[in-house]
Amino acid sequence: MKFGIVTFPGSNCDYDAFHAVTDVLGEEATYLWHKDHDLQGSDVIVLPGGFSYGDYLRAGAIARFSPIMQEIISHAKSGGPVLGICNGFQIACEAGLLPGALMRNSHLQFVSAEVRIRVENADTMFTNLYECGDILKMPVAHGDGRFVAPVAVLDALEAEGRVIFRYADAGGNISADANPNGSERNIAGVISEGGNVLGMMPHPERACSPLLGSSDGVRLLESILARVAA
Amino acid sequence: MAQFRIAVHITPRKGLLDPQGNAVRDALRTLGFDGVKEVHVGRYIIVETDAYDAVSAEETVADMCKKLLANPVTEDFEIESSVHA
Repeated sequence: MKFGIVTFPGSNCDYDAFHAVTDVLGEEATYLWHKDHDLQGSDVIVLPGGFSYGDYLRAGAIARFSPIMQEIISHAKSGGPVLGICNGFQIACEAGLLPGALMRNSHLQFVSAEVRIRVENADTMFTNLYECGDILKMPVAHGDGRFVAPVAVLDALEAEGRVIFRYADAGGNISADANPNGSERNIAGVISEGGNVLGMMPHPERACSPLLGSSDGVRLLESILARVAA
Repeated sequence: MAQFRIAVHITPRKGLLDPQGNAVRDALRTLGFDGVKEVHVGRYIIVETDAYDAVSAEETVADMCKKLLANPVTEDFEIESSVHA
């Protein structure tokens, strides 16, 4: 399977994603430049973390109009898998691939920390190798990670099982203390209506080796492989 | 065609948590401005564009706000003025 990893000016997790896909997962990956118009036959698109276009205007607002994004929006609309991590989540929201928006962290600090997230739905193409309720350890590094959406949208996301990850403590409790950025209802990751676009603030690609403190992100990538290759 | 200069305010939507506004409000209170009730921090954008008249210039900028300058989920925009540039 081929993963296309997008490099925008200011992306800085594209190499981590490449390493996770090629060295850990053992699959093929290629970088897709933001000015390209071609996904080069990629089966899965990764929108990586970073600060595309310097976060000018709003995080993800300018990246959403880059040439490669038009191809990615078509890919997503026809059911192709897209994984948006951190800045990639912000871009996916700005592009309308996911509902809601990511706003400045409620405490106004950039947060670089290891957090725990609880798997809320294990029946997706990104989480099928986890169990519902699993607690995963992953890093976060962001200034604009507070997920917000109108109450009706939040209720619909919950009702449709589209909240995929929630910030939790080590015991799996959803609390304000476990919420690193003030996200509504501790939401750390949501999926599109079609189930093929996942956006999340924590970094699974940086949780792929015990040497780095966690390998809990590996199963997310393996889940995609299991589902898409099937 | 004439050139117009349009100023637009973009502000956090009312009712949404505005931590930046709250931080500035608290700092103002610390400075002794006890009467401060609320502060909101937004953006002020100036666009210069060609248009036939002021009305169409404002319509164009409203369209820009909907498509890029403001986030429809979290922000409101208000066109302050348009003048011949």
